Amino acid sequence: MEYLLTAGFAFLVINAMLVSASVLVYAERRVSGFMQNRPGPNRVGPLGLLQPFADVLKFVLKEDVQPAAANTFIHSLAPVLMVVIAMSTASLIPFAEGVVVADLNVGVLMLLALTSVTVYGITLAGWSSNSKYSLLGGLRSAAQMVSYELSMGLAVISVVLVAGSLNLMEIVENQASGGALLGWNAVRNPIGCLIFIVTAFAETNRAPFDLPEAEQELVGGYHTEYSGMKFGMFFLAEYVNWFIAAFMIVTLFFGGYLIPFQPQLLALAPGLADSVLFPFLQFGSLMLKVSFFVFLFIWVRWTFPRFKYNQLMMIGWKYLLPISLANAILVALGVIFFQTYF
Amino acid sequence: MFGDFIPLFIMIALATGLALTLLKAAEIIGPKRPNRIKRTPYESGMDPIGSARERYSVKFYLVAMIFIVFDVEVVFMYPWAVSFHDFIEGGAAFGVMVVVTIFTVILLIGLVYDIKKGGLDFEQ
Repeated sequence: MEYLLTAGFAFLVINAMLVSASVLVYAERRVSGFMQNRPGPNRVGPLGLLQPFADVLKFVLKEDVQPAAANTFIHSLAPVLMVVIAMSTASLIPFAEGVVVADLNVGVLMLLALTSVTVYGITLAGWSSNSKYSLLGGLRSAAQMVSYELSMGLAVISVVLVAGSLNLMEIVENQASGGALLGWNAVRNPIGCLIFIVTAFAETNRAPFDLPEAEQELVGGYHTEYSGMKFGMFFLAEYVNWFIAAFMIVTLFFGGYLIPFQPQLLALAPGLADSVLFPFLQFGSLMLKVSFFVFLFIWVRWTFPRFKYNQLMMIGWKYLLPISLANAILVALGVIFFQTYF
Repeated sequence: MFGDFIPLFIMIALATGLALTLLKAAEIIGPKRPNRIKRTPYESGMDPIGSARERYSVKFYLVAMIFIVFDVEVVFMYPWAVSFHDFIEGGAAFGVMVVVTIFTVILLIGLVYDIKKGGLDFEQ
């Protein structure tokens, strides 16, 4: 019975992710249009709101072409893997106090482990297509994600040092301790926060780190040979990953579901913490923060030019990795010397 | 303990179901009119030259090997990070800090050596 409830909640989360992916597609195209001084999609439905549904319909109705020399099974396995991994990571995000599908004591570790599996999906897609563009895109992506994963892991370590737990909910609750906004890890650990945001861009293959699918050099990158629904699945996984990355940034560094000034607010209205409204307020605050980071992702995409491959490797290994190592040590010293604050 | 993971497995099962449904639905609904030209890999409109299963730059292997070394390092640092507050309460904070700093410095020397040898240079 208990697991039936969990399954229902998991089903709800998956559906929410599907809907938000289509909202994200629409949002990205509209905001891109706004930034480039053009209307963006505005024909299908009022304000173009039905555009994502038209896109989905198109994906389903298109022919699925597979290259003759491709490895059939792996060619189909790759998009399935991508979607499964992207959706499963959503189960670890705490949406409000106590509202999470899988409340693991190793939540952060599981999140990192699941996102690492994405590399397999991309590499297999690139290799199995038997096309040169796909292979190069897949290889580039694997090397890129692997390089930035280290700095991401070290940024997470600096958070774990402060919180003393791998449970995502405890990490969020720990950020309430400093009072007002000062408890946010972004304030206590700004270098780690910056490193994490940069690596999140690289891990999700978003601009300016979108080398795996750089149109000018690699056509479509690892999904050059995909069409129809399989391409749609890559698309879906990519947008869900982007959404999850925004959730991770907020959860680890910007107080997650905590309402800004929550301790003060609770002191003003003592009955609020027990009311039915409270989880919804927390969820709303989480979504507001996440929306800002989703916007940031689009903003950065149209602000910075794409890196060259050697620059990408240089940033990852020669700058981010030593800085994040030093930051972990620095935060550890901070925890020792300023125990009352951390 | 293991029970905590069951919701995650439920989620993975549901997500797999969704992915397979999408795949199957497209297979049933979508049209199928393959021909030889359609089934060639894309190479800017030219006939593809040879197979794509060719040799590629050894640099990627180097990146993979260095990744393994540092990933294992990061794995070693997680238990330290989780139990750091316990170390401080136990009064062992400085000893632990010295050990971790030595550990980090040894690995940083390795990274510097690799960079100096040009193992991570993608120029040329």
